Amino acid sequence: MTPRLVTLDREDDFEGWRNAARSLAASAVPAHQVVWQVGDQRTDLFAGAPVDLATTRPIMVPGDFVRIARCALLHSEPQRFALLYDLFLKVLDRPSLVRDRTDGLVHKVGALSQAVLRDIHKMQGFVRFREVQEEGVCRCVAWFEPDHHILRASAAFFVNRFAAMTWSILTPKGSLHWDGGRLLEGPPARRQDGPDADTVEAVWKTYYAATFNPARLGTRAMMREMPGRYWRNLPETSVIRDLVSGSAPKSGR
Amino acid sequence: MAQLDLSEKLAILADAAKYDASCSSSGGARRDSRKGKGIGSTTGAGICHAYTPDGRCISLLKVLLTNSCVFNCQYCINRAGSNVRRARFTVRELVDLTIDFYKRNYIEGLFLSSGIIRDPNYTMEQLIDVARSLRQDHHFHGYIHLKTIPDADPDLVTRAGLHADRVSINVELPTDPGLRDLAPEKSRDRIEGAMGRMRGAIEDGKDARRRFRSAPAFAPAGQSTQMIIGADAATDRDIVSRAATLYDRYGLRRVYYSAFSPIPDAGSALPAGRPPLLREHRLYQSDWMMRFYEFSPDDLAAALDPLSGMLPLDMDPKLAWALRRRDCFPVDINRAPRTLLLRVPGLGPRAVQSILAARRWHTLRLEDVARITVSLTKIRPFIVTADWRPTLLTDRADLAALVRPRATQLDLFSR
Ligand code: SF4
Repeated sequence: MTPRLVTLDREDDFEGWRNAARSLAASAVPAHQVVWQVGDQRTDLFAGAPVDLATTRPIMVPGDFVRIARCALLHSEPQRFALLYDLFLKVLDRPSLVRDRTDGLVHKVGALSQAVLRDIHKMQGFVRFREVQEEGVCRCVAWFEPDHHILRASAAFFVNRFAAMTWSILTPKGSLHWDGGRLLEGPPARRQDGPDADTVEAVWKTYYAATFNPARLGTRAMMREMPGRYWRNLPETSVIRDLVSGSAPKSGR
Repeated sequence: MAQLDLSEKLAILADAAKYDASCSSSGGARRDSRKGKGIGSTTGAGICHAYTPDGRCISLLKVLLTNSCVFNCQYCINRAGSNVRRARFTVRELVDLTIDFYKRNYIEGLFLSSGIIRDPNYTMEQLIDVARSLRQDHHFHGYIHLKTIPDADPDLVTRAGLHADRVSINVELPTDPGLRDLAPEKSRDRIEGAMGRMRGAIEDGKDARRRFRSAPAFAPAGQSTQMIIGADAATDRDIVSRAATLYDRYGLRRVYYSAFSPIPDAGSALPAGRPPLLREHRLYQSDWMMRFYEFSPDDLAAALDPLSGMLPLDMDPKLAWALRRRDCFPVDINRAPRTLLLRVPGLGPRAVQSILAARRWHTLRLEDVARITVSLTKIRPFIVTADWRPTLLTDRADLAALVRPRATQLDLFSR
């Protein structure tokens, strides 16, 4: 059998992956016979026949699988499409497998999905808007660097929360712009495309410093929950060094 | 007093509020600002927006309206007799600050509490006015937690629930003598009376929502309380049983513990030192055992040292319990019911769920268990699998030494 080539539109193209997985499964194509790629970047020069999506017919899989797959597919791991197709075939065979976390493959895919959920959660917490004046109107603009392809999946959260504002979230993987009624997607951005200051940040740092309790210094928990790679986009982290060194003598007293 | 600018006020009033352990923004109703004007949403789950070097999460803007107080609670830095700098926000300042922070995605909302100025009713009205203005003038849909003053008029206390997601009334000290000596102006009867009325109001609110969809939400994230640990003579046994009664009687969502911090010019009724921070942590762990691991307060007694009535500091209470109740082990991973699996040190509710799901299809071996737990070494002495049985291990006198965690830097959290 010649290997099949599936080309997905985008890194987070779940619908595309699902359609392809269904028709591949309908023709009983085994997982190792499929090459997955996004856009035109060829992942394997020798990959062969494109997949005929016409053979798609409804296939039932447990809701748990769909939930996990939707998340895991956003992971930056290049093998994720293949891993998910592999699991898809096994779940078609035995639907209950998806709940068996002692299974190696389920475990692996579960870990991908957990990492994506965590990234989404961190983005909800760590995006920092800065206000800019644009032809007399305020726009809030944030620069954020997610680990995975979560930008589009995160849009609803920010729209629901900041519906009456106009805002943009810029990331190296793409950008989102909300004008108060419509959401537009834009190309990848660079850090310098966003504003570099906001007057309220000084007040926020004052709060951050005052709410810290030096008698309870415990940087390990802080580092675990707010790893260093996020720091450069969080204005309050610029005062951490002073807080920690200022608190050292006190706790020794 | 020289005029303070907003930043100076914030520094004082955030500093004064940091002894409140709660910063949780979870448990609220889901809402958003898609329809109409305004700003904000709650997802029900709570989001941490930053972490400070004490390892705690910042979810809410946690401040006092003022740190002036006419009461004189001995343990409190803001008491009337204390020498601290005083500050006070206007309602407007606090509302604007909350919105400014929220718009920039720094916070989930506001946790507002206050020293008592003039009298309890006046103070309560001010607190409610901040929440009212946020909700009505600014259509703020973010999270609001209001600390309420038990001595205020009952309908003021319940009015707080109309604007707030969560309300709290602090019991302050775990024992009656503690409260009498250290907070003579407060009374257990008035505190618990207010908690009881709040429970009633919350339940009525839920009931009304069930019948009329348009009924206003009333404190949808429920009520919580806080106890100060280490300021009075209460043992962990006293604290655990008081907490259990409070959960039971007032339907609380959470009981928070705050380790007593020695303050300048403290009265002689107070201990000179702070309790170990680990003690607070162990109490939270015992709280989780009751809330998520199905231990009853009576079960929990076995984890306490029988003489001192204290939880051990050098290991978590679940492990301490297991070492005292070796007769319950080993637990057969392939056959034991949920409640017994939950008692195995190192197995959390999620791992137990996975075991129950997996064993419907196959018998579990040690390597299967390894995939769903953090440390196999820690749990191995307590379990039986298809390929493993801890021969006599649970009888060894040195078992504690084998499974006791090595000393590590303590990380604290109180969410
Ligand atoms: S009433 Fe509250 S603020 Fe006032 S002294 Fe007592 S604990 Fe402190």
